[in-house]
Formats: sequence, C-alpha cells, structure tokens
Amino acid sequence: MKEFAALIKILSNSTKTNEKLDALSRYLAVAAARDRLWVLALFTGRRPKRTVNTTQLSTWCLQMTGLPAWLYEECYHTVGDLAETIALLLPPGKSLSAHPLHYWIEQLIQLQNADEATKQTFILRAWEELDTSERFVFNKLITGGFRIGVSQQTMVNALASTYNIPAATVSHMISGNWDPQQTTIETLLSENITEADASKPFPFYLAYALESDPAELGAPEQWQAEWKWDGIRGQIIKRNGQLFVWSRGEELITEKFPEYQPLLDVLPEGTVLDGEILTFADGAPLPFQTLQTRIGRKNVTRKQLQEAPVAFLSYDLLEWESQDIRTTALQERRLLLEKVVEQINHPTLRLSPAITFHDWDQLASFRLQAREKGSEGLMLKKLDSTYQVGRKRGDWWKWKIDPLTIDAVMIYAQKGHGRRSNLYTDYTFAVRDGDQLVSFTKAYSGLTDKEINEVDNWVKKNSLEKFGPVRTVKPELVFEIGFEGIAASNRHKSGVALRFPRILRWRKDKPPTEINTLEDLQQLLRTHK
Amino acid sequence: MQVLQFTDKGIYCPAGDFYIDPWQPVERAVITHAHSDHARYGNKHYLCHHDSVPLLQLRLGQDISVQGVAFGENIRYNGVTISLHPAGHIIGSAQVRIQQENEVWVVSGDYKMENDGISGQFEPVPCNTFITECTFGLPIYNWQPQGVIFSNIRQWIKDNQAAGKHSVLLGYSLGKAQRLLYNLRDVTPQIWAHGAIYIPHQLLREKGWDLPEIHRITPETPASAYKNNLIIGPPSAADSSWMRRFNPYALGVCSGWMQVRGHMRRRNADAGFALSDHADWTGLLQAVKATGAEKVYTTHGFSSAFARYLTENGIPAQEVKTEFGDMDEEAGMPETITNDQ
Repeated sequence: MKEFAALIKILSNSTKTNEKLDALSRYLAVAAARDRLWVLALFTGRRPKRTVNTTQLSTWCLQMTGLPAWLYEECYHTVGDLAETIALLLPPGKSLSAHPLHYWIEQLIQLQNADEATKQTFILRAWEELDTSERFVFNKLITGGFRIGVSQQTMVNALASTYNIPAATVSHMISGNWDPQQTTIETLLSENITEADASKPFPFYLAYALESDPAELGAPEQWQAEWKWDGIRGQIIKRNGQLFVWSRGEELITEKFPEYQPLLDVLPEGTVLDGEILTFADGAPLPFQTLQTRIGRKNVTRKQLQEAPVAFLSYDLLEWESQDIRTTALQERRLLLEKVVEQINHPTLRLSPAITFHDWDQLASFRLQAREKGSEGLMLKKLDSTYQVGRKRGDWWKWKIDPLTIDAVMIYAQKGHGRRSNLYTDYTFAVRDGDQLVSFTKAYSGLTDKEINEVDNWVKKNSLEKFGPVRTVKPELVFEIGFEGIAASNRHKSGVALRFPRILRWRKDKPPTEINTLEDLQQLLRTHK
Repeated sequence: MQVLQFTDKGIYCPAGDFYIDPWQPVERAVITHAHSDHARYGNKHYLCHHDSVPLLQLRLGQDISVQGVAFGENIRYNGVTISLHPAGHIIGSAQVRIQQENEVWVVSGDYKMENDGISGQFEPVPCNTFITECTFGLPIYNWQPQGVIFSNIRQWIKDNQAAGKHSVLLGYSLGKAQRLLYNLRDVTPQIWAHGAIYIPHQLLREKGWDLPEIHRITPETPASAYKNNLIIGPPSAADSSWMRRFNPYALGVCSGWMQVRGHMRRRNADAGFALSDHADWTGLLQAVKATGAEKVYTTHGFSSAFARYLTENGIPAQEVKTEFGDMDEEAGMPETITNDQ
C-alpha cells in the first residue's frame, strides 16, 4: 500500500504528463500482477461496488476522534475531500501493515454481505495499521474518484511500455466489459480481442477543439463537415447474434435504450457503428434535457419512451462483415456507412448528414445556423483520415459555436474541492428582476488561479450570512456567464436551466446595476428552444 | 475589567493609551513581531523586543522611534504594566502581557509551540484573558515534529540531485527562511538565496545570530553555481521569471497550508512540506489551557470554529475580527520586506 500511496502522491502533485507516465511505469514495473490489474481498474473507472458508505466512515471517525459533528463538517468543507479529511483527523497511525493494494481492495469487496459491526472492526483495524498517506488512499478506495489527472491514454501508454504492446492495441484490449475480479492482467493483455469478448467496443477517436482559422486546414475539398450533435457519443455493436450499446464513458447502456433492440434483427453480423445517441422526433433532435430524463434510469417507462424517443445518428462504420476497417480512409468508410444505413432503412438508425460546402467562408456561415439545427457546431474530418485511438490532433476537429452569454452578479459562494479546497470557487449567480435578484445558475470554472484568489479574498471580507458551507455575499461582482443551451425548468426559481454554464470573464468594468435581466433570459429561452 | 478593547485601529489599551500591532497609524504601538501585518508603517513610537528592533528598522526605516525591551522586563505606562514573553514564531517574536491592577490580559501575536532552534521557546503566560491567533485552528492541522519534516526535505534534495534537478525551496523571507537555513545549514556545499532572503539574513548574522553563510543570487550568478546546491526563494518567486534560471528544477513549498493536498496541488509545487511557524490545533489548545484564561478572544484564522470549540469545552471564547493575515504562510503573497532586482 505504501508504494501505491507514493504513486498517488506523485500523480496528484505533478502536472506533467511525462512525469505521471514515468511514475506509473515505475510502479507497474515492480508491482504484483494483481496490483497492476487493480491500478488499471481504478484508473479506468472500474472501482468495485461500495461496501462501506461515507456515513459509516464519518460516524466511525467521529467516534475515534471524539470531535463534534459540526467541527468535522467544517474540516470537510476546508479540505474538500472526505477521504483526506478523515485521514488528517485520525490520531497518528502505527504504520504496521505491509499488505499490498490488492489485499485491501479484496478485503473491502468481501465486506459486501458483512454486518455493520464486522465492517467497523475491519475499517478501524485498517486505520490503525496504515499511516496518514496510506489511510488517505485506503479511504479513497471506498469513497472513489482519485481525480489525479491520469488520462486513459497515460494509463494505456504506461501499460504499453511495460508489456511492450502497441498503445492502440492496449487501448482496445482494456476497453469494454471486463471485471478485475474475474480476470488477470496477463489474460486481459494477451487475448485475441473479439474472441474473448464479443461486446468489446473500439476505443473512441476524439477531436480537439479548433482554435485557429479553418482556412489553415488547407483545401476544403479534402475535408468532410458534419453537425456536431449534443447527445451521448456511442457505439452500436452487433456480434455473435447480440446487440451491445456503449457510451463514450465505456458504460454498457444497451438496456437503457430499448428503441435500439429492433436493430438486432436488421444489422448484419459483425457490424460496429459510431454515432450519437440523441432524443429525436419529427426529423429533428430534441433538447439535451430530454435525453437527461433517459440517463441514469434502469427501467424506462412508456411515458418516457413517448416523450423522449431516441435515435442513433451514425457517422462512422468501424467494423463491417466482422472486419476491423478503422484503417481504411474516412471517405471509403463513409460510402459503406451510407449504403448500410440506406439498406437497413430503419427509423431509429439515421445517418448524420455530411454538409456540402465549397469554401471555408460558406462553412462558417453554416456554422452560424448550428443552433437552429439543434447542434452545437461543426465537426471537421479529413477525408483520408483513419479512425484513430483517443484524442488526437490533426485529422479531426470540433468547431463549436460561440456560447450564449449573460452578465450576472454573484450572490452565493461556497468552498471548492480538490485543488480548490479551502477557497471560495463555487459561485451562484443572479440576474435582475425589477428590484429583485433571481438566482439562475451555478458556475465553477473559468477563472484563472489569480482571479480565484482575488474573489476568495473578496468573499471572505464581504460575506453577509453563513448557511452551512454557503456564504451569501454582497451583490457586487459581475461576471459574464457562457452556456451552450437553455431550457425551461421548474426546478429553478428563474424557470430556466442552462447547459454547460461557466464563467467566461470577470466584468470588472460593469457595475451590478447593468447586469442582464430575467426578461433577457426568457427571451433567450424563446429564441433557442 | 476590559483591559483591552477592539477598535478600528487595532487592539487598544485605554488605561495605558497604546495599541498592540495597530493597522492604522497611532501614537504608541507595541509590536509582537516584525511581519508586515503586525508591524506597520506610520506609528509615532514603537515598542518591541530587542531582537525585533533591527528588523523593524530594516522594514520601516532607520529613523523610526523604537524602544527595545528584554523578555520579562516590566514597562509601566499610566499605571499599566507591559511585558513581553517568547512566542516562538520568528526571531524577536513576543506575546504581550498587560496588567492593570490585578487583571492580566495577554495578546499572543503569532506563535508556535515547537522550539525551532532559532525563534525561541513559547512560554505560557498565566492570565485572565487570552487573545490568541488561530491561523490553523482546525483539527486537520497537526504538524509533524520538525525533525521529520527536515529529514523529508533532505531526502527530497537527494532525490532531486539524483534526477539531475536543482532544488528550489520557497519559504517566507522573514522567519521561515531563517528556520530553514538554521536547520539545513549543512545540506548542500553551498546555499543560494534570493535577495529578499539574503538581506535580512545578513543583518541577523551581523547581529550575532548563529546562521550559516549563504550566497546571494544576482543576474550575474553563473548557472553552474546552483549545481547540487540548495536554492531558497520567497513564496512570491513562484511562477515568476526569476525561477527560469534554475531549469531544470523541482519546487518545494514550505507552509502549514501544504497539509492539505488541494492547497499543494494548486501551487503547482513538486513537493509541499507542512512546516509552519504557527501553532497547530493541538498546540493552540495546549496554549489556551496553559494560560488558565477564563476568557479567550480568537483572531485571524479559523476563529469562529476555534471559539465555538473552546466555548463548548468550558472556556468562554469569542471571535474578534482583526486585520492580521497569514502572509507568512500563504505562499504567493507579495513580499514587502525589500525589493530585489
């Protein structure tokens, strides 16, 4: 566990990908095989199911320290991380244990059906045997989410160098549906991929945002443009007479979208489609909020199926007649895709259209219509591009439209988490409605570290009231809030819900008397339905 | 008896007509220590410990009117007795004891319990009312003994040497820097420092403090000078162009705030060492209890939480707003001690 705690420390302190990669590779080189497997599982979102909950952890920590609950809360809001708070509050550990990472994880898993007393005994023993940094990672195994900025790609590269396998192959091997309790790292990294697991998706090819003038991309006739949809990126797989639907988060979501089941009968064996899962009616996408009603639910009701029907807008074909065709050029894959979609001719499976354009200026004018099309901009894909692995520059770009904006005043502030702990970084904003202020959104990101410090200082001096971790502040600081979409919502006082709200800039030049009004928001709602 | 009052200008003694660490100019100021949020410009007369006198003169000018006193020496103003007692925060740091008739109040200034070797040993002063700082007044802040931290720093320097990187440690120029230099004097053949650290360091050496010889970094210093040697800079050097000359380097930050990962991560430091010149949670509780005070005022830091905890544990306490900061711990704050090119 000491080695894993040391690894986590380096990974979370470093901001340099190379250092993280080195640290991971060094760890993998000496770690036991089961530790390697668990590190891979943890860093790719395959944490085992929770067997102890955070309320239990908090209760036992309070019992051990004798601190009042309010002080524990205060500490938590300052640290911004429950696992770390507990590790810091416990009396010094004895650092007795030499057990490796997999021992602790597997012991935790075994608590699944244990009674409360057994769980408590185990946790208290662990806390006693581990030192502060080990306790932190141990608690993290329970509470989840290391948030240490190790991308899937870094993990893949570290494995690739440790096992001497090409990164793209590793990426494919570790994708999809494997359970760290049922396999070994050797099996995972040695199998013939699709034989082992018919459901296995291909690693998604992701685009960077285009920041330069598209004209710098070269001749427009070498590029294909598509609408960039605001849904869930997904893969539909038909292999072994079964249908599998994957989200880009590598979650198997077949059951959530029964609309796709009929495709099992019409798709040829050995087909993998890449595209967008969207709510769709009368030939056009519905707002993202309707798709949200479908996410996170296991059982879909008839009403939901009627109100938020989904379609699949496909834009790539990755496997055809059981052949991996990712290395053929986009224009060939596209021709095949168009043919397949046409032949299948099923209302749920649609083709994401390619946009015909003659020059970049014309495309720029199409981009301005993106919102009306229910999209969030354009995708630019080079016609001769292969389907690569992970986020890569060069051949694919997303060219999003500029966000909608509103100038608003900050009215509440709360301390943040992670690297923003003990700093007021989470803000609630309001617009004006007559002489009232109406809150309409929270936003967490968009300021520089320096600005955050400045706002933090200001909040500490200008807070009016304290509600638990939230401070109300003088309505003085004005910010420009950007967002991708707006929808009616009865959950919020303002009657609107924003999509991807963030701070675009601090309007030090603007007094709070000049912020936007509720009427302005309602106007946006009417024009951007 | 209300020996001291909290006013817009600072903590005031009406009977003696003087202020303690005032934040607006006053006639007579008693100064706990030379940090700029406690010792400010513009007061007519300053009273502080002997060891703080040269530091005040360095910071505020040679021409200030300042009187130095020894620890435990009694000064009388209008029937009020003032004395200073070691606070262990930085060189010259003191608590202020004020006695009016039989009533004793103590203002802690900034303090820590651990003897760091150079800042003196905190001495509990029995009193009726104790006005305490509580920069780190939450139970998540409990320091390791400095011996452990210094051996971690030594190991970190060795690791950096092995990796072919320079080691740059950041710590506040007055206090933290002397503590580091006193305790790490032999860590590398030479130690190189930013002018903001070099200037008070040389002054203190001239005054006879047992501090090692260090070298001042100037634009002319050749890059080879830093090889295998420790470099010490003020917190404000982080992210500045001054750092470029040390490439490749590893950055270590020394501050109590480094106790929490998030704080360390946003400094973009390679290593954080939770080395603080302020009392930790256990130290604050010990200090309060050792004074035997029946009333406590808590100032700068987690003052409301600390006051509530004390009250719930039978020591009536109240939070008081002051303008003292934690600049000596909060890395990235501007240096006020001196400018360096």
